[in-house]
Amino acid sequence: MAGVTTRPAIDLEVLRERALRIRREIIESTTAAGSGHPTTSLSGVEIAVALYFGGILRYDAKRPRWPDRDRFILSEGHGAPLLYAVLAEAGYFPTAELNTLRKFGSPLEGHPNMRKVPGVEASTGSLGEGLSIGIGHALAGRLDGKDYHVFVMTGDGEIEEGQVWEAAMAAVQFNLSNLTLIVNNNDFQQTASIEKVMNTKPIAAKFESFGWIAVDIDGHDLTAVHEALAVPRRSSEGRPQCVVAHTVKGKGVSFIEGPLGHHGKALTADEAKRALAELSR
Amino acid sequence: MTNLVGTDAPLGAATREAFGDELVALGKEHAEIVVIDGDVNNSTYTNKFMKEFPDRFFNCGIAESNMIGIASGLASCGKVAFVSSFSAFLINNAYEQLRMSVAYPRLNVKCVGTHAGISIGEDGPSQMALEDVAATRALAGFVVLVPADEKSTRSAIRAAYAHDGPVYVRTGRPKAPIVYADGVEVRIGKALQVRDGIDVTLIANGLMVAAAVGAADVLARENLRARVLDMVSTKPIDEDAIAKAARETGAIVVAEEHLHAGGLGSAVAETVAATAPVPIEFVDVGDRYGESGTPEELMLHYGLTASDVVRAAKRVLDRKQTLSI
Ligand SMILES: Cc1ncc(C[n+]2csc(CCOP(=O)(O)OP(=O)(O)O)c2C)c(N)n1
Ligand SMILES: [Mg+2]
Repeated sequence: MAGVTTRPAIDLEVLRERALRIRREIIESTTAAGSGHPTTSLSGVEIAVALYFGGILRYDAKRPRWPDRDRFILSEGHGAPLLYAVLAEAGYFPTAELNTLRKFGSPLEGHPNMRKVPGVEASTGSLGEGLSIGIGHALAGRLDGKDYHVFVMTGDGEIEEGQVWEAAMAAVQFNLSNLTLIVNNNDFQQTASIEKVMNTKPIAAKFESFGWIAVDIDGHDLTAVHEALAVPRRSSEGRPQCVVAHTVKGKGVSFIEGPLGHHGKALTADEAKRALAELSR
Repeated sequence: MTNLVGTDAPLGAATREAFGDELVALGKEHAEIVVIDGDVNNSTYTNKFMKEFPDRFFNCGIAESNMIGIASGLASCGKVAFVSSFSAFLINNAYEQLRMSVAYPRLNVKCVGTHAGISIGEDGPSQMALEDVAATRALAGFVVLVPADEKSTRSAIRAAYAHDGPVYVRTGRPKAPIVYADGVEVRIGKALQVRDGIDVTLIANGLMVAAAVGAADVLARENLRARVLDMVSTKPIDEDAIAKAARETGAIVVAEEHLHAGGLGSAVAETVAATAPVPIEFVDVGDRYGESGTPEELMLHYGLTASDVVRAAKRVLDRKQTLSI
């Protein structure tokens, strides 16, 4: 298939540098906004970087609606600061715009709006809806004889929504080998850990029992992420793939990592300064 | 022999079946049309499209939220997605998805609900959509079409296809009395004037248009000339036609097969209050759910026949007269 043979070998150093820059942009934009979800965004950085800058996703920032493009749908829309930083780095709009996040008149609303931001494939923010939308894109691709691939990223709390499992059944029923679901498995949702609120684990086993191909990976290991996301295009036996990416909420900023209840809070100016110092290495 | 709205108008096809037939005709003309079903295609008549175009037909099982999401994705890729199920399930089970995945991004998803209203009969209230017009009116940017009979349904489906953006079309289960024997063209935002008159205006949609026409005939025998407006385009509503009717006739009856709250009655009252305030009487299901029975029994019991419209017209004419004294 097109895209596979042309994919460049990944340069880990370049990708790591890119990931670091995106982490800084997430902190800067949310602190400038005074609100937002930095910890969610930080946990998905390697996934997005591997997709957009590791040669996996086929896209052309000059032609956001190019019919043959691969799709990346951020179902957990509160991770918008990550998506915006990645799209800006990819050339969809100037990185200077990131500082307008959540400001009146800016296209960069609190959650992604497909009508306002080039590169945004779906308007999300109400959890649980992105996988169904991804199925629509995958079906349209098949109808139109196109070989694009659809990637959807969801939270591990988000999959508590019943619609996700309606979609999980449909993706298998419709033999959607052109669809990959990435679960950002950072172990926390809004109010507490997944285990405490409504345990969605074991995630890979659930998707496997629904008929998906599922793998568990370290979501911060760029090589592992790249490998897991590159595979689906080559072989998938007519089945959709689920990549359960084990991540750390707040990854990269030591004092907000993990179980510290930092969901949905921007850092103060002082905290941001400390965070950016950690992220400058 | 009278029909289910108590008039002697002959029955045509059910509006749901007219939808199924027109969908096939449209499908032949436009390859980008796809159809999404929730395991009810033999009730909604989308099975006709399925037989003709199996590759463009997706039965998503009993999962309405997912259906709407899939339609959203297909529409994002340039398809015109017709999604159909019973109105009660399509709108109520997927309301959040309609808001977030369809209305907010203004996608080309056409929701066609069937089995709306109490006239479905024996299946009872779990299957009856009585709040669907209120709910879809409250989705920003949605067009809401409630056609009266076979021919106007066919035209409404075409108008829905041609419109760029989300549309809800409400159809019913029983054979519908014919209002437009010679055909009609439904236009979004335009009322259809079925009768002219200067004493009172009867505004209706769906099955109640036939009831209003029957009521106008009865009133005519008493020398009361009733104007009849078919508000097939319930949203956007034809404000000019309503304001003109209010000014010229000074009294309005609104008739619909829907709860009192939020439906056509509310839409007409909003317009009348803002343009030319006149007395209005409402004929609707009130604030209650239905029950099982034959469609004829239920329409009679819930006060949705031509006679009910006549009585409402008399009441509103009394109020009009009191005002002018
Ligand atoms: C339907 C819906 N319910 C509730 C919320 C509020 N909310 C926003 S983020 C969040 C927690 C999400 O947890 P998870 O999916 O694990 O994402 P994470 O931030 O951990 O990546 C909640 C409950 C929402 N946005 N949508
Ligand atoms: Mg989580």
